[in-house]
Amino acid sequence: MSRRKFLDWFLGTSVGAMCASVLYPIFRYLVPPDVPEAQTNRAVAAREGDLKPNESKVFPFGSQPAILIRGADGTYHAFSATCTHLNCTVQYRGDLRQIWCACHNGFYDLAGANVSGPPPRPLEQFTVHVTEGEIVVSKS
Amino acid sequence: MSEGGRADAGPGLRGWLEERTGVSLILDLAHKKTVPLHRHTIWYYLGGMTLFLFTIQVATGILLLLYYRSSSDEAFESIQFIMTKVPFGWLIRSIHSWSANLLVFVLFVHMFSVFFLKAYRRPRELTWVTGALLLFVMLAFGFSGYLLPWNTLAFFATQVGTEVAGSVPGMGRFMLRFLRGGEHVTGGTLTRFYGIHVAVLPALTTALLLLHLLLVQRHGMSRPPGQNEGRTMPFVPNFLLRDCIGWCVALGLLAALAALFPWELGTKADPFAPAPAGIRPEWYFGWMFQTLKLLPGHVLGIEGELIGIFAFGVGGLLFVLAPFLDRSQEKRRVSLGFTVAGAIVIAYMAVMTVLVYLPGKP
Repeated sequence: MSRRKFLDWFLGTSVGAMCASVLYPIFRYLVPPDVPEAQTNRAVAAREGDLKPNESKVFPFGSQPAILIRGADGTYHAFSATCTHLNCTVQYRGDLRQIWCACHNGFYDLAGANVSGPPPRPLEQFTVHVTEGEIVVSKS
Repeated sequence: MSEGGRADAGPGLRGWLEERTGVSLILDLAHKKTVPLHRHTIWYYLGGMTLFLFTIQVATGILLLLYYRSSSDEAFESIQFIMTKVPFGWLIRSIHSWSANLLVFVLFVHMFSVFFLKAYRRPRELTWVTGALLLFVMLAFGFSGYLLPWNTLAFFATQVGTEVAGSVPGMGRFMLRFLRGGEHVTGGTLTRFYGIHVAVLPALTTALLLLHLLLVQRHGMSRPPGQNEGRTMPFVPNFLLRDCIGWCVALGLLAALAALFPWELGTKADPFAPAPAGIRPEWYFGWMFQTLKLLPGHVLGIEGELIGIFAFGVGGLLFVLAPFLDRSQEKRRVSLGFTVAGAIVIAYMAVMTVLVYLPGKP
């Protein structure tokens, strides 16, 4: 290799390395670090008597919204309130007795199954227990 | 320039400036610039109108920065403060919002006029590409600015918009985390969008706009196929003065819209509240929103939203590459296929946008 070629190669790779050493930290800085969230397996959604039949409530389940529904027959159902289509927060429609996502008109039944509209999957279902006057929701 | 050059530059302030900046070069260029006159000349005014509205955005945006606070605890309240307490705050904020919408509208009309007049023909391919990139940057301005008031509509629009980016196969998760500043839409997302809106996008716009304007000056205004060489109009002062009349009308329209229909603030975002009924994005994203709404959960075993997002991506790419795909433009012919395709795209976007605003079930 001639001295000229060596110098070209040396300067070229040096400039490349310098650019990489500047750009890499910027690139890494732009992407937020993986902060592990505390795993929430259980939350108190409401107190007994807070909900009348055919009513619902969105409550925090860790950092995410969940929905507690008291069916017309008085039974409780709880699901993740995050729509499986594009992440909007769903609500309960007492008039239709279905769970509704207002963003893109998606519907789920009271078992959490996607029944119409664009949602591709059912809602994540939670277990509901009533203990000492509190309605406790936990991951199944 | 030497001392002898000073004598060439002439006496007075003009001579002083000329010796130091060579300003006569720019003035000569401006005086030599002409605009073709034909039955489609009116479409040439849209570029200047877009630039004018962008200037309004920069000016009102800087004024809003003086009071806006970019944290999820204070953003909504700071806009409330601007709207109710700061003298003429309501006017500045409403003009910023209305002007943003008019800007996107004029930009779309400008783009489609360039498309149908085939102004992207050789050697103006890169002028088209920079213009198309500017359109994407303006849409990014709209999307990032929409979140800044931290209201319910903005919260869910951002939730959906970033989830769309997150659905892209392969790099979706990276894009979602990059845009949201984490897994979910939080105050961190607001800070990030604020930085993108007031620093990153203006820097990108400045670079692209300079390049776009430079290319427009380099090649001059395109004469559409079929319009033979003929009459022209001097840019300075004839065309520029006509431009100014349009800008005065636009300013009046903005003031009237801001005064008669002040931009609403809505309710503060609550991450634990359900998405309200009637939720929809800004009108210029409406056609994509409606498409995603109409697509079923699965099409041929593939999630409907993925098909929609893939189609938007391919459509955007074809749009940017139009000058390179339209082969008949080489022969300076009107390419009927591209004209029909453009008309179909406009019709689709218009119908889908109207559907967003039609009252429907439930």
